[in-house]
Amino acid sequence: MAQAIRKKPLSKTVNAAVSARIVAQDHFRTLRLGTPFQPRIDALAKTQDWYNWAGYRAPNSLWNEELEYFAIRSQAAVFDISPMTKYRIEGPDAEAFLDRVTLRDVAKLRPGRVHYTAWCDDEGFVLDDGTLFRLSPTRFRLCSQERHLPWLLDSAIGFDVSVAEETEAVAGLALQGPTSFAVLRDAGFAGVEKLKIFDLADLPHDGGTVGISRTGFTGDLGYELFVPADRALSLWDRLMTAGQLRGIRAIGYTALNRARLEAGLIVANADFTTAEHAIRADRLRLPDEIGLGFMIDLQKGHFNGRRAILEARAKRKLRHVLVGLEIDGNIPAEHAIVYHKKSQEVGLVSAAMWSPMAKRNIAIASLARPYGDTMVEDLWVEIYAMRELQHQKLMKRAKVVARPFIKLDRRTANPPADF
Amino acid sequence: MARQIGLCHAKFRAFGNRSRKNEERVAREDWAKMKAWDAIIIGGGHNGLVNACYLQRAGLDVLVIEKNDWVGGAATSRELTPGFLYSNCSYVCSLFRPEIMRDLELPRFGLQVISYEGGAVFTRDGDYLANYRDHDAHRREFARFSKRDAEAYDRYARDVTRQCRFIQPLLMRTAPDPTSLRPRDLGELLYLGKKFAGLSAPEMALTLRFWTMSISEFLDEYFETDVIKANFALSGIIGTALGPMSPGTAYVLLHHYMGEVDGSVGAWGYARGGMGAVTKALAASFKASGGTIRTGAEVDHVLVGRGKAKGVVLAGGEEIFGKLVVSNADVKRTFLKLVEEKELPDVFLRRVRNFKIRGSSGKVNIALDSLPEFPALPKDSPVYRGDMHFTDSMERMERAYDDWKAGRWSADPFLDMVIPTTLDPTMAPPGKHFMSCFVQYAPPRIAGAEWTDADRDGFAESVISQIAEYSPGFRDRIVHMEVRTPREIEAEVGLTEGNIFQGELTFDQLLFNRPVPGYAQYRSPVGGLYMCGSSTHPGGGVMGAPGRNAAAEILRDLAKSTSHMSAAHDVI
Amino acid sequence: MTSSETIVIGGGHNGLVAAAALAKAGRKVLVLEAGSEVGGAARTEEFAPGFRVSSVAHLLNRLHPDVVKALDLDKHGLQFARADFMPSVALSKDGPLVLHGAYGEVLTGTNSSEQSAWKELRAQLLRYAGILKPFLSRRPPDLAGMSLRETASLGQTALALKKLGKEDMRDFLRVLLMNVADLLDEQLADIRLKGLLAFDATLGSNLGPRSPTSLLGLYYRLAGETGGAAGAQIFPQGGMGAVAAAIRAAAEKAGVTIRTSTPVAKIIVEKGRAVGVALHTGEVLRARTIVSAINPATTFLDLVGPREIDTGFVRKVKNIRMKGDAAKLNLALDRPPQFTGVDAAGHKGRLVIAPSPDHVERAFNPSKYGEFSPEPVMEITLPSLADPSLAPSGACVLSAVVQYAPYALKEGWDAGKPKFLKAIMAQLEAYAPGIGKSVVHAELLTPADIETRYRMPGGHWHHGELQADQMLISRPVSGWSGYDTPLEGLFLASAGSHPGGGVSGAPGLNAARRIIAMKG
Repeated sequence: MAQAIRKKPLSKTVNAAVSARIVAQDHFRTLRLGTPFQPRIDALAKTQDWYNWAGYRAPNSLWNEELEYFAIRSQAAVFDISPMTKYRIEGPDAEAFLDRVTLRDVAKLRPGRVHYTAWCDDEGFVLDDGTLFRLSPTRFRLCSQERHLPWLLDSAIGFDVSVAEETEAVAGLALQGPTSFAVLRDAGFAGVEKLKIFDLADLPHDGGTVGISRTGFTGDLGYELFVPADRALSLWDRLMTAGQLRGIRAIGYTALNRARLEAGLIVANADFTTAEHAIRADRLRLPDEIGLGFMIDLQKGHFNGRRAILEARAKRKLRHVLVGLEIDGNIPAEHAIVYHKKSQEVGLVSAAMWSPMAKRNIAIASLARPYGDTMVEDLWVEIYAMRELQHQKLMKRAKVVARPFIKLDRRTANPPADF
Repeated sequence: MARQIGLCHAKFRAFGNRSRKNEERVAREDWAKMKAWDAIIIGGGHNGLVNACYLQRAGLDVLVIEKNDWVGGAATSRELTPGFLYSNCSYVCSLFRPEIMRDLELPRFGLQVISYEGGAVFTRDGDYLANYRDHDAHRREFARFSKRDAEAYDRYARDVTRQCRFIQPLLMRTAPDPTSLRPRDLGELLYLGKKFAGLSAPEMALTLRFWTMSISEFLDEYFETDVIKANFALSGIIGTALGPMSPGTAYVLLHHYMGEVDGSVGAWGYARGGMGAVTKALAASFKASGGTIRTGAEVDHVLVGRGKAKGVVLAGGEEIFGKLVVSNADVKRTFLKLVEEKELPDVFLRRVRNFKIRGSSGKVNIALDSLPEFPALPKDSPVYRGDMHFTDSMERMERAYDDWKAGRWSADPFLDMVIPTTLDPTMAPPGKHFMSCFVQYAPPRIAGAEWTDADRDGFAESVISQIAEYSPGFRDRIVHMEVRTPREIEAEVGLTEGNIFQGELTFDQLLFNRPVPGYAQYRSPVGGLYMCGSSTHPGGGVMGAPGRNAAAEILRDLAKSTSHMSAAHDVI
Repeated sequence: MTSSETIVIGGGHNGLVAAAALAKAGRKVLVLEAGSEVGGAARTEEFAPGFRVSSVAHLLNRLHPDVVKALDLDKHGLQFARADFMPSVALSKDGPLVLHGAYGEVLTGTNSSEQSAWKELRAQLLRYAGILKPFLSRRPPDLAGMSLRETASLGQTALALKKLGKEDMRDFLRVLLMNVADLLDEQLADIRLKGLLAFDATLGSNLGPRSPTSLLGLYYRLAGETGGAAGAQIFPQGGMGAVAAAIRAAAEKAGVTIRTSTPVAKIIVEKGRAVGVALHTGEVLRARTIVSAINPATTFLDLVGPREIDTGFVRKVKNIRMKGDAAKLNLALDRPPQFTGVDAAGHKGRLVIAPSPDHVERAFNPSKYGEFSPEPVMEITLPSLADPSLAPSGACVLSAVVQYAPYALKEGWDAGKPKFLKAIMAQLEAYAPGIGKSVVHAELLTPADIETRYRMPGGHWHHGELQADQMLISRPVSGWSGYDTPLEGLFLASAGSHPGGGVSGAPGLNAARRIIAMKG
């Protein structure tokens, strides 16, 4: 039996979209991208100690993690945050849209302000936390750890708003530490002194502007700067030149991670598992279970997860609590199991360190309620400290304490201190 | 080394004293007069060999009888043209259970699995969509087509992984009989129930939908780009007589995702030396533990006396006695051809006859004098070392299926094409290559009539012309070609209607319904006659689980220890 | 602003049933209907001068007995006698085959071995459909935590299964999700009979007879009953509008107020609770309970709006597949047609053009790609033969449901409709020669037309594809299958909810029962 062969000729017409797609094919040769600051960072990367941050080559440390940490606390530290996922949200309904997506009341976020927020799925489980920048009445930037484009686009149904991913287009730098203000001022960013904590301003740079906010992930005086990718290097150079005498240093993630822990801040997929990545259903977390309950604004209109969050609160279905711990001694309790009365397993430490600033042995832990919630006495952590190929097993008393573990006045002082 | 595969019988003498003794004994004695074997396995496919290995290692004296002059069934490597080794049926090693590899020491007996490094679907606009092993590269590749789809992948992967985690532990367990009140069946039902109850409500809801959805509908809920959907959909249709728009194909996707290469779920790989390397290692393991293989011996029927299997009769009339008989053949072949009708209850026979085993695929295996070029693909692309496809839309895939329903081979077929010699030089002379094209769809009969040679050639042409569209000069590189339609697959491998899974993978033929209700626990109405092929739970693919699970049931009946069988790996 | 205790949005048959049941339970109920008359897709309308026809649904085969009882519909003019049961006639070039009585209690037109095979298969199908039948009048089980009653009722199902006996239970479990074509091939030989059954199993869905799970469609049909007989079908005197009228009468007797030509513009939500509706006129009506007996997607995406519900829920609602695949043909004929080989009784029956399962499958194939088949399959009724008031004297009405007519026709229905009508007429001509010349007026309602005219998104008469993954706990969406919604005070009651479409009243009645039980 003969059969015809159904043949559609391969398309020979080249259209622009297809050509652009084909040009982008060669990404497979570079598995870890560089950020717009990469030439400068590569030049400083003496330890060549990299990790993969969302497909980018990011430094764990550049020359010495200990000194990098002290640059945050005593000088000015520069950390490349370009790999952070960024979405531009724009339109007449942008505020209403974000109000519906995120937990906090966006109407209260004035243009030129930033707030830390989180967003949940229908079950009230946290999809991510991040920072929301209100660039104008109708324009926002949402920064997050994970990627959420489908969620944001589907949430935008019924709103007059556009959502676009701009991670590659916008470079970001965190400038943190006591001399950070002085560095910016010396770099000629006039007006930066007016920025109060969580304020945001566009200041001129290199024929364009840079968005500077008084925000950060260190609990210290600090700023974050967002600039179009093509002006990233000039910004870097401008800061480095101005900061030379103020001890400005580029740093890697290890140092930043310590500072954030002292500040009591949590990291998605380190201290809790984000809902879209949780394969095991019991790893999902409600905001109240990871210390983000304060964001929930029941006075505002509907927001994603509202019904589930209310129901969980009403029916006492909150099963976990995220707490700060202070642990006896000085051995970091990283990933230690938390016990009640030294016997009953009640939780796990997700981050821990000896805090050089607080001079306390601190940790963030996730506990099964009521432990850490109403039952805070008689908690212990079992530390397995690997020393020369032996685990030194320590059972240390742990106390639930308030976060942040350190509170620095200079973070919020106005005008900012000029060190 | 690879060329000796057809002579495995001789080669395996090297392993183990006991085995050599057996063979000498076999040579010396008249088969008919021999004392009964503890177990006779009909068919030396991978499941037959897995089953034989486990039984032999439990201390039974086991004989494997194979019709062909080589073992392997549909997992073979054959030198069909000088210097080229063909994985001429199955071509991918992913589903094979690591627990079985470990128990039977397959790495020790030479099995090496090499992971694919990528894969791609060529698009009609001169581009391609690749799958890369690196998560971020994968995302960036998708982003070339759609930023949204690129970011949708994680949620898709999470949901599919959740489903896999639910299903995977069921592979290495005997399905419960829901009509039975035996404690064991009730216990298994309870296990299933508990596993299900362990899911969160949204997961349960997804599970229930997942089992009845089409892969096309499932993918619509995550992705917007046709080629990205086509890229994932292929796992929902390979080996089935269903199209991507048929309900139930979402489950088939799981079946293909459950493969593991070195613990990475969903990864596919080649066996070094072709798929024959899997069965070669199994045969070596079997021999080393003292088992006996007799090739070139076709079983005519199973000897049954007083409702119990007593042995087999070969095509030449020779009788071989065994205390039990295990059939690696499919359920139709076993009970409609090898066992007399009078030995079987009517209801069982009716169900066996109703078992759906329509072949849906063919193979075109090609020896090439050089590596084909695909102008769309950069020369250094890892995609060359993975699987390539040309079906870039759901509609093309579904239309290919419409042809099958009408009793035609697909005019615009779906190909799963690999060139294993890009990673395994043992399969072809230096500089030359072996290409395996899995082709869907090919019906068991053409418009109700047997396949003819002309049909076969037309089928091959549909494949070659599709490849040649994307690879100029492809035809000129062809040194030799083997075309296998369901007709050839049935004739050589003995798979009824050329169905590579020994039975379609639809819900009515899964779990306690596989192969037929009431006999889903590897036993049959004939005492001492067992089934161990892919017709049984959990089904097809070079997985080995049916052979292993059958061995566990047999040893249970013999009250023998199963301590040499690893339990299914934990899914935590 | 006025206030009413319960507002029912949509005066289709489910809305009226829900309203009547709630009113009977002592509620003050107001029904708001957008159209100028109630009945939704179950109306009798004039489509050509002097010719009237049932709008979309044109046969009654599954009005739920609980609905008949709860609303005393027999006292409101709905009574069915066995003599009214319509035969089904499988038309074929080889002469017709007829299923008489309640879905083929007697089969004629084929040989005796086929008759006995059918007898056996019919009994089996009815037995298995009987297992599923109790689900029609229940809430789907709640996965998040089942009440004792729910668990008990599932236990009853398990018991019913056990009662089948071991082998029957095994077969039941095997065939449950099977495709109808394979099952028919296992048990029957006559392609006319198989074609008819294949057609019935897939009618109203986007499945072909070879699609796995298509057998469920047949179970769904056979789980319905009329006059106590499973699978029986009748043509109500006065058309389907008479059914709606009877339900309306029952509702009004129970005290329900009905406002027609009153489209709802918006459901008003305050702090997660539905508190009322706003009409197009701007008028606001507040109520303690809002029952939406219209399409679930319209309810949430248009009336509630995505802002008041969660994104995941919006996704689920948008993912409900509801693209209709059936068209309605109304023909005004100047004389009754003569279908070849069919007797007078047959002409009063349901005439099906689906000569074989393969034919149905072939008709289905193009619809997957947004095309229609040149040889569509259809069921035809000639209602004016049973009720002469529907047509001028001597003239005749032909009402047909035609598959497969994809909602999203690639070339667009403006261009495609005349071609499709031509294809249909060619089929009709083949079985009823001369019919073409007797056409006074032809009205073809594509899914796009049905969508506009009857406010059914996608023109899908089930308000959502009725396939396994959109049934029971997944209908209309998983997590919200029990008539309640993420919004307090808002309930669903249309065919988009469990158990699905057809003129059954079951979703409406089940919803009312749920609301009463919730004191919602």
